[in-house]
Amino acid sequence: MSKQYETVIGLEVHVELATKTKIFCSCSTQFGGEPNTHTCPVCTGMPGSLPVLNKQVVEYALAVGLATNCQINQYCKFDRKNYFYPDNPQNYQISQLYLPICHDGWVEIETEAGKKKVRIHEIHMEEDAGKLIHDEWEDCSLVDFNRSGVPLIEIVSEADMRSADEVIAYLEKLRTTIQYLGASDCKLQEGSMRADVNLSVREAGQEKFGTRTEMKNLNSFRAIARAIEGERERQIDLLESGEPVVQETRRWDDAKGISRAMRSKEDAQDYRYFPDPDLVPVVISDEWLEKIRRAQPEMREEKMARYQEEFGLPAYDAQILTGSKHLADLFEAAAAICGRPKEVSNWLMVEGMRLAKELSMDVDEISFSPENLAALIGLVEKNVINRTVAKAVFEEIFKSDVDPEKYVEEKGLKMVSDQGRLRQVIEEIIAANPQSVQDFKNGKEKAAGFIVGQTMRAMKGKADPAAVNQLVKELLSQA
Amino acid sequence: MSILTLTAVELGERIRAGEITAQEACAAALAQIKAAEPKINGFVTVDEEGALKQAEKVQRQIEEGKLSGPLAGVPVGIKDNLCIKGMRTTCSSKILSNFVPTYTAEAVVNLEKAGAVILGKTNMDEFAMGSTTETSAFGVTRNPWNLDHVPGGSSGGSCAAVAANECFYALGSDTGGSIRQPSSFCGVVGIKPTYGTVSRYGLVAYGSSLDQVGPIARNVRDCVTVLETISSHDAKDSTSVRRQDTDFTSALSPEVKGLRIGIPRDYFKEGLNPEVKEAVLKAVKVLTDQGAVAEEFDLSLVDYAIPAYYVIASAEASSNLSRFDGVKYGYRAEEYNGLHDMYKKSRSQGFGPEVKRRIMLGSFVLSSGYYDAYYLKALRTKALIKQAFDQAFSRYDIIIAPASPYTAPRLGESLKDPLQMYLGDIYTISVNLAGLPGMTVPCGQDSQGLPIGVQLIGDCFQEKKLIRAACALEESRGYESPALAGELENSWNAEAGQKEAAV
Repeated sequence: MSKQYETVIGLEVHVELATKTKIFCSCSTQFGGEPNTHTCPVCTGMPGSLPVLNKQVVEYALAVGLATNCQINQYCKFDRKNYFYPDNPQNYQISQLYLPICHDGWVEIETEAGKKKVRIHEIHMEEDAGKLIHDEWEDCSLVDFNRSGVPLIEIVSEADMRSADEVIAYLEKLRTTIQYLGASDCKLQEGSMRADVNLSVREAGQEKFGTRTEMKNLNSFRAIARAIEGERERQIDLLESGEPVVQETRRWDDAKGISRAMRSKEDAQDYRYFPDPDLVPVVISDEWLEKIRRAQPEMREEKMARYQEEFGLPAYDAQILTGSKHLADLFEAAAAICGRPKEVSNWLMVEGMRLAKELSMDVDEISFSPENLAALIGLVEKNVINRTVAKAVFEEIFKSDVDPEKYVEEKGLKMVSDQGRLRQVIEEIIAANPQSVQDFKNGKEKAAGFIVGQTMRAMKGKADPAAVNQLVKELLSQA
Repeated sequence: MSILTLTAVELGERIRAGEITAQEACAAALAQIKAAEPKINGFVTVDEEGALKQAEKVQRQIEEGKLSGPLAGVPVGIKDNLCIKGMRTTCSSKILSNFVPTYTAEAVVNLEKAGAVILGKTNMDEFAMGSTTETSAFGVTRNPWNLDHVPGGSSGGSCAAVAANECFYALGSDTGGSIRQPSSFCGVVGIKPTYGTVSRYGLVAYGSSLDQVGPIARNVRDCVTVLETISSHDAKDSTSVRRQDTDFTSALSPEVKGLRIGIPRDYFKEGLNPEVKEAVLKAVKVLTDQGAVAEEFDLSLVDYAIPAYYVIASAEASSNLSRFDGVKYGYRAEEYNGLHDMYKKSRSQGFGPEVKRRIMLGSFVLSSGYYDAYYLKALRTKALIKQAFDQAFSRYDIIIAPASPYTAPRLGESLKDPLQMYLGDIYTISVNLAGLPGMTVPCGQDSQGLPIGVQLIGDCFQEKKLIRAACALEESRGYESPALAGELENSWNAEAGQKEAAV
């Protein structure tokens, strides 16, 4: 490759909102029900049915818009996007084209290349489609309308990103922001967050954008990064060999690591958008907007600063803990119960992260009661168990959310601080190891360590290490 | 006097008084349907069994004191674009010929709560697209006043059935005149209320921003009583209006003294049949004789109403009707090759020519590159028309106009030239574009004996002014009913003999 190329990327991110009911009817949005059980005449497009907007959808969209520094269209409308497909029961999707609820915002991202702003073109509300299930065996397709009418927001960025790193940073930024707002759980694997990547390349220094393609079916950050690299290379290869890039939609196959053209611009459909006459314009009063603004929760940056200031956590720890709203909530709840934020942070940062990695879990999947972690910290503090035992108990809490007090009791893990019993055990060990006594007397400090180790083993790890150390030294000097 | 010639309210009174049972009323209507349908074809579906069962239930509830409203036990016909749970709802289209809804339209629910006995579903122009009821996939409906003539449309089945005494009242829908024009052709009373007064939930949409459900009846009192019954705020319809003034029957008195009437000059120009013109102006005189004040004025933009209407209604229809695709319900082509072929064949075979014409027109005006030139321009025209009416209503209480330029055309005359047929909607569509209430009241007959209706138009939420004027007009004329209704009734009387409850 002789020339230098720049990758230009814009994203369309769909986020399923965490409302209890659908956007235009009162059916449940719950994931995983029996097919076509969360349906009604509205979300199955029966003749004569009419949509009624779920207010919560507007509130979530506003919250996301405000958190991403957007302008709000206080008079916004829904439009119909007309296209025929069997997962779309009305053969039009209710979306927003002409007056989306939010526009012209930005978020700040940070990568190794530094900090930068990614601009948001608009955020609009729309309904999700149903799901098609192709039965190869019976050679037929079935439709499940449970997802039909689940509320979505689509966040459309400007073409401001230049690398996969920036794209991932942007997506992570959106994800934490939306999770903090409680507007969605943003799970890529389950499809509650979906990203389409618009990508073009141009020679370095060139002002004009190249021809872009749109990449779909990206189900993980890893797939997104791989797809970006793959598409960048593909387009550069085309340009290098003097072939044009065709404006088209491509589908990423992550297993094979390649993409395939789905449809080109030539067969792009005319969606014949027009304002939905069944819905009245959404008028957002200043009061309503102010109410949403006041109700915005503490966002990640504020939380990060507070953790350092209020709890004295290192910047790195504060960053990790606040990286997931879920983890931050767990941290704060446990810290509030036991009053030892630093201890809680240490457990989560060291043992928690180690176990999550070991079990290849996402931090969002960590689920144990903050009460149990707080209780564990209490047990260590009161010298009921020592640190070694505590680590084992933490692992049990992490894996199966055990009550540490009960667990320690049942397994007999309480620390033995009975001086008489300890003295007896040490005396026995010293008696059985005359060589070590001799070594100690000859100035070999290590010999004491050996006796300590033997003692701990005899006590099955339940002895207080400080007490053992002290007593071993005392008895060795007397021996 | 037989049951059939009673008005709906009169029948309701007799039923509550125990003089007639709901079953007797239902049986009389069913017998009339049997006798008249071979000639009229006003119904797509008659649910004899269901109606009799419902009549029995309603009768019991009346006797138990659970139902005491004016319409309890009175048989009704429902236009076939209003969903009724378990009853086939076709919109007079092949594409919905096998469709049975799982729920009931809100307007019909309101009637059911009031103890209505539903006889069946009335014929209409396919998907309410048409002005003659000739585009129905279930055959044309004929005008009871003269079987060689159309009943008008699209609610032609409802209007003809009411005129032929097959039901005591009916529900229709009005997107561009579909209640008011056939009411005029059939000599009955019809009201298109202010947009948002009656819930559209369960009304199979044609032009959503223009559609309204309304009553059709033999006289003003019946019509207004039904309107009061079906009006309600409905949380399931975002365009439903919360009104506190739907006690429409309180306006049932002929008080027109000082009523300011506007006569739009443009509505009485060329193209208007002289006999219709004369009858309508005579109606104006009836009101001015009673103290109303009439004045001619210029309602601008009349020429733009028809193009604006056909752009907006067709655009909405092209999208509203896209759900009829053969996938989930309704007609599906028997042989096809893959998904897109199934869509194409099912829709090509399932829709009639007028519906296809409007879907194509609507798809065209919404396509990229044409949207601004057609659809947006039509919306701006609509806003200007509303402004013109607003100005008019700052000076007048009501506007009086014909409901149609002519009386009922002969069968087969209209469909030859669709554009000409569209022009026939000239006096009714502006009312839908502006969301106003409009009402048709009989005001005479032409030299062939065909009925002529006068249209009363009010400002938004001013139905009561229309009702007062309608009462005054009705009082001034003797009750006429189509020869056929009586003829059929006599033949039925002869047949039914003893069964008839003489009252």
